[in-house]
Amino acid sequence: MLPELGHFALILALAVALVQATLPLVGAARGDIRLMALGRTAALTQAFLIVLSFAALMQAYVTSDFSVATVVANSHSAKPLLYKISGVWGNHEGSMMLWVLILALFGAAVALFGETLPDGLRARVLAFQAWIGVGFLAFILFTSNPFLRLSPAPLDGNGMNPLLQDPGLAFHPPLLYLGYVGFSVTYAFALAALLEGRVDAAWARWVRPWTLAAWCFLTLGIALGSWWSYYILGWGGFWFWDPVENASLMPWLAGTALLHSAIVVEKRDALKSWTVLLAILAFSLSLLGTFLVRSGVLTSVHAFAQDPARGMFILGFLLAVTGGALALYAWRAPSLQGGGLFQPISREGGLILNNLLLCTLCATVLLGTLYPLFLDLVSGAKVSVGPPFFNATFVPISFALFAALCVGPYLGWKRAELWPALVKLRTAFAVSVIAMILAAVLIDRRATLAAVAFGFGVWLILGSLYELADRVKLGRVSWSETKRRLRATPRASFGMTISHAALGVVVLGAVGTAAWNAELIRTFRIGDRADFAGWQVTLAKVVPVRGPNYEAERAEIVVTLDGKPYTVLTPERRLFLVQRREVAETSIHSNLLRDLYATLGEGDVQKGWTVRLYYNPLAPWIWLGAALCALGGFVSLSDRRLRVGAPKRSRVIVQAAE
Amino acid sequence: MTPKRKRLWLLVGSLCVLGAAAALVLSALSDNIVFFYSPSQLAEKHLPPDRRFRLGGLVEEGSVRKEAGEVRFRVTDLQRSLEVVYRGILPDLFREGQGVIAEGTLGPDGVFTAREVLAKHDEKYMPPEVAKALKESGRWQEGSGK
Repeated sequence: MLPELGHFALILALAVALVQATLPLVGAARGDIRLMALGRTAALTQAFLIVLSFAALMQAYVTSDFSVATVVANSHSAKPLLYKISGVWGNHEGSMMLWVLILALFGAAVALFGETLPDGLRARVLAFQAWIGVGFLAFILFTSNPFLRLSPAPLDGNGMNPLLQDPGLAFHPPLLYLGYVGFSVTYAFALAALLEGRVDAAWARWVRPWTLAAWCFLTLGIALGSWWSYYILGWGGFWFWDPVENASLMPWLAGTALLHSAIVVEKRDALKSWTVLLAILAFSLSLLGTFLVRSGVLTSVHAFAQDPARGMFILGFLLAVTGGALALYAWRAPSLQGGGLFQPISREGGLILNNLLLCTLCATVLLGTLYPLFLDLVSGAKVSVGPPFFNATFVPISFALFAALCVGPYLGWKRAELWPALVKLRTAFAVSVIAMILAAVLIDRRATLAAVAFGFGVWLILGSLYELADRVKLGRVSWSETKRRLRATPRASFGMTISHAALGVVVLGAVGTAAWNAELIRTFRIGDRADFAGWQVTLAKVVPVRGPNYEAERAEIVVTLDGKPYTVLTPERRLFLVQRREVAETSIHSNLLRDLYATLGEGDVQKGWTVRLYYNPLAPWIWLGAALCALGGFVSLSDRRLRVGAPKRSRVIVQAAE
Repeated sequence: MTPKRKRLWLLVGSLCVLGAAAALVLSALSDNIVFFYSPSQLAEKHLPPDRRFRLGGLVEEGSVRKEAGEVRFRVTDLQRSLEVVYRGILPDLFREGQGVIAEGTLGPDGVFTAREVLAKHDEKYMPPEVAKALKESGRWQEGSGK
């Protein structure tokens, strides 16, 4: 009964979304208050219906209702509760349900928190949001209905892909989707602004919190995915430049550029049409990511089984969303009044450089990701573009970005001098250069690039902290004056400092893990010893263990340091009983400065087991830094200006000719 | 500086950045793309040794031999096959009769040394290149189960 209710609620949601997508637009065009207000009611109703539908689906998973086809295909009664719940979105149908759920919740949030928006703008934003909802709801109902029944119902399900039965991956899709879908709000704001023909400081202030929230969640989602692949795939790496990973990085880069260009719109009333374009691109890239993952057109280590028909639907939808928006942009953007010209050396000049570099990075990733598709279409040759390409392009361009990043915040708006900013940063610069030289000499003389990157990491952290110290005049005025200044500093500035410094932390972690790691693969019989990165490792024993839905063999690898016991690593090889699939479970000993990492391969008592060991210096900093980066975003989000700003249109702007 | 001049400089600056990036990208692309071949396609090409490429096909039934720290198996497109040697831990979903992609170089002895064997997350998944190569060899149909 409940699955039918869920299905019915979903159909109703589609009907409501259709109403929400059309009538408020008519209302906004005619100035009809009642039709415009309908958007708010419809958004809340739609969200309620989709929550209901999602809850019905979740109920089917939690109670293991095997009369529902997707539950049979993806769940099993012996699975732990967490994975029964995460199983809801661990498959195609369910992940699309999660997508529309988050979309509807964002729509409801705009309806609830958008009290200060002018009626027309709010109605239009909600209508464009609803159009995206209509597309995805139709997609679910016509091609991937999760509520289909099976008769007769089997006694038990097929279980879930064992690689996905992991706490990290349980929360990775929701966070990533909060990011992807969050950009739909920005997209809707951009379209509404194009239709209204005005983009001003107030618009930028309304858009900023949504962009910031989406960006924070996307940052966390990417970090969680990277962490998951680090410890579950057993390769000791954190980023493989795989198409699926790149698909999530591209909207992040575009979103980061958008965050920065929106500041220029807010403060200087310039860069308007560029910002609108970025808002359209950020969401289009999110959809492109979904298409790449769901269609399977590219070979990826993270690929799942796909259905080409579904891929075609998403591609069509992507073309409609992007093409439609760009057409509207081409038609309306000329009516957006541009701001004045800039001095190249100024805060806004710095932000333009930031945008230029971030977009170049994004274009590089896009090119590297889609080039195999392009070449296949043109010449039929099958190629892949791997890490060497991205290392040769992405890294140097990001160095340029890092170099400029600490200087930008020192430049004033409108007109600034470069030299005084550089003088203020001289200590940070000197320390970074020393760190770079020390890294080159002490750690690894051959890894020059790594040493340079290490220097940039230190530069990012110090440069960002220096800016904050300078702002509060630390050490130059009395402590109480510094404290007063600290209190007067807007949260958005703190957020900036935290996120910028956190980027440095990520860079340091990436350098340590990618360049200064050590790796050992060899066959161990019980009692075999080996020296590894200063430790002595011994395979003490391999014992059988039993989990809720798997059997495993667990190795005990004793690590000693100068004869004294240091730690015991216990990697496992799990055999999942339902699928008869083996999955390696890594064991990681971390002390926040480095990871000691072991995976267990196949083997037996006679031949011994293949064991892979990694020593990854600074590896935890990658995810720590990413979390800090998102934290900076959240701190910025809590800024008064965004929270209670109740931003009114600051001045009357001559409306563009309709 | 006049506004026109300024705009010119901004444009020149942007073009410099983009030009440098494009140069980087093009040189990286020509050096770093990795071609994909099936064993049959490989037999027609004469690749210089030490050229890195991807080899794809099915793991031949009964060909997997595990020796100390080393795995040997044959990759087949059901017409021709090629011996592959790999040191390291195979991905969890590596099985005989299933699709596989290995990246590495072909030695003078005709044995392919894999540096990387691609893992998959899902056993129903067949890499698109492998599916296409197998279709071209005419021995495999979509949905035949493998």
